[in-house]
Amino acid sequence: MTGVERIADAFANTGKQAALMPYLMGGYPTLAASIGIGQACVTAGADIIELGMPYSDPLADGPVIHAAGTEALAAGANVAGVLEVARTLAQSVPVVLMCYANMVLAPGAEAFVERLAKTGASGLIVPDLPLGEAPEVLAACTAHGLALVPLVAPTTTPERLAAIGKSAKGFVYTVSVVGTTGERNALGEHFAQVVARAKASTELPVALGFGISTPEHARQAAQAGADGVIVGTRLVRAAGESEDPAGAVGAVVGELATGLAIAR
Amino acid sequence: MNVVEHRFGPYGGQFVPETLMRALAELEQAWVKAREDPSYREELEGLLRDFGGRPTPLYKARRLSEKAGRPIYLKREDLNHTGSHKLNNALGQALLARRMGKRRIIAETGAGQHGVATATVCALLDMECVVYMGTEDTRRQRPNVQRMELLGASVKPVDAGAKTLKEATSAAIRDWVTNVESTHYVIGSVVGPAPYPAIVRDLQRVIGDEARAQILEVQGRLPERVIACVGGGSNAIGTFAAFLEDEQVQLIGVEAGGEGIDTPRHGAPLTVGGRVGILHGSRSAVMQDEEGQILQAHSVSAGLDYPGAGPQHAQLRDSGRARYVAVTDLEAIAAFKEMARLEGIIPALETAHALAWTLAQVDGGLDLVCLSGRGDKDLAEVLKPTPDK
Ligand SMILES: Cc1ncc(COP(=O)(O)O)c(C=O)c1O
Repeated sequence: MTGVERIADAFANTGKQAALMPYLMGGYPTLAASIGIGQACVTAGADIIELGMPYSDPLADGPVIHAAGTEALAAGANVAGVLEVARTLAQSVPVVLMCYANMVLAPGAEAFVERLAKTGASGLIVPDLPLGEAPEVLAACTAHGLALVPLVAPTTTPERLAAIGKSAKGFVYTVSVVGTTGERNALGEHFAQVVARAKASTELPVALGFGISTPEHARQAAQAGADGVIVGTRLVRAAGESEDPAGAVGAVVGELATGLAIAR
Repeated sequence: MNVVEHRFGPYGGQFVPETLMRALAELEQAWVKAREDPSYREELEGLLRDFGGRPTPLYKARRLSEKAGRPIYLKREDLNHTGSHKLNNALGQALLARRMGKRRIIAETGAGQHGVATATVCALLDMECVVYMGTEDTRRQRPNVQRMELLGASVKPVDAGAKTLKEATSAAIRDWVTNVESTHYVIGSVVGPAPYPAIVRDLQRVIGDEARAQILEVQGRLPERVIACVGGGSNAIGTFAAFLEDEQVQLIGVEAGGEGIDTPRHGAPLTVGGRVGILHGSRSAVMQDEEGQILQAHSVSAGLDYPGAGPQHAQLRDSGRARYVAVTDLEAIAAFKEMARLEGIIPALETAHALAWTLAQVDGGLDLVCLSGRGDKDLAEVLKPTPDK
């Protein structure tokens, strides 16, 4: 199975109202601990794992994920180490790497994507690579069967949305709010509209992320038609606050999975 | 073809979160309309003249010229209101923001000069102003923090990373991602995603246009060399722009050599070369490690303490049209002091880099240096006792 096929398969077989997609920061608090956190996510019901590559200048991230990335780097995380995390987790679930553009382009898009594909990962999200800058990375991902997953924001114009929906692979990642990653008390004002617009633009599954932190949010997203929910900051915070990061993250993911259970 | 350049050869582009893409397109449209609108141009020119004090003089530095054995002319941006060239850009962008219906302005600042210029125009135009500044810079450029606050701006200290200009810029971009619908980001140099490098260059071009006419008037010929310091590169590109077609005129950009370009502690990505990278939304010369992590720059001058440079500079370097060199902290401080005693002008530490390179040349016929700003803000940093090494 290619990465693209593996992602499609995961969305088709969640057994839940929507696919549960935990985000974890590679190498946070340490490389070994982040493998444990990822495995706890899988046990607790994760369908797809989004794995963050720590970066010096993460422009799309709020303070919690920014600080986790900084700590991971200080603890020695590097590309090889984070790709090892991907390799381990990809044995259980599809892994999508979230990595900023400069790190993808530093060795060359083709070289980076080839290395990523060899770990068994299924896809790539580059939060600062809008459609117009994407052709080189898209070509490399397509050549290796990986999904280059695009982001769609509440501010994305209809023309852009149509073009993004058409070239997307794997799924479309809709951003629920105008803003950076971070927990919020409620989902963004227009999240249902963002999901509906994205669904109208593509045949692919549509996942909602940024700001989802409770089982209630996850359920609301699924009810609005999201095929997947991405939970990031809430889990990174749980990892940072506990002596037992894997246990703490696993518990939160378990609650989210229960929230997304199909009523019988 | 874009009406406003998005790319400069392989450099430039728009490497930003999707959330900002619509705002960048709207900014570009607004800019294209404004620059062709006589009412925008008249208001900008009127304010640059009556509020800012333009045109700034082109001054033949008497004792400097005598010492060098050749005429050295200084384009006196230090006499611009608020004490640097930064006002040219801040005024133009704030007027543009008002046309776009945006009343909240954010900016990043290193030396504090761009922050002060932005706070000043926000006071003038009655707009809300938030300035991001690294905590290392709030310390070493204290007078400018006080000025911004007096002018009614809110200065947000940024404590991440090296606590300098790179982190302040990242924080400003994150604010923009969050508040893009109400807010215009007045970027302070020819960096950032398109259309910023082109807009800021066009707004700073007034420096070069004036200087070229002035030197022709007093000397009847073009300079042999045009010299400017490069942080992000706005005073340099603004000066160079008017001379690009004059092929006989050498264009020299002076970067921060810090503790030496053979050490990692400098801010000279154009001079050092190395792999191309992406920083703050555009592709250009960037200080980075093997894996693409952006490195921390170092310079005694907060305005040059930045690991990137504008994309058009990278193109001018590659084509050979401009040349980039570096001057160390110690050389800049020496030039700062020498300038004060020789000419009665205290330059900004940023500018002192351009002066240091110029003073070190033994050859040449006619030099024109962009005196990008005044150095009152730098007294504490230059006069502090040197720590024992
Ligand atoms: C006086 C002065 N010159 C130069 C610079 C560097 O900026 P740029 O390279 O954009 O001109 C600064 C920036 O703070 C400055 O204050």
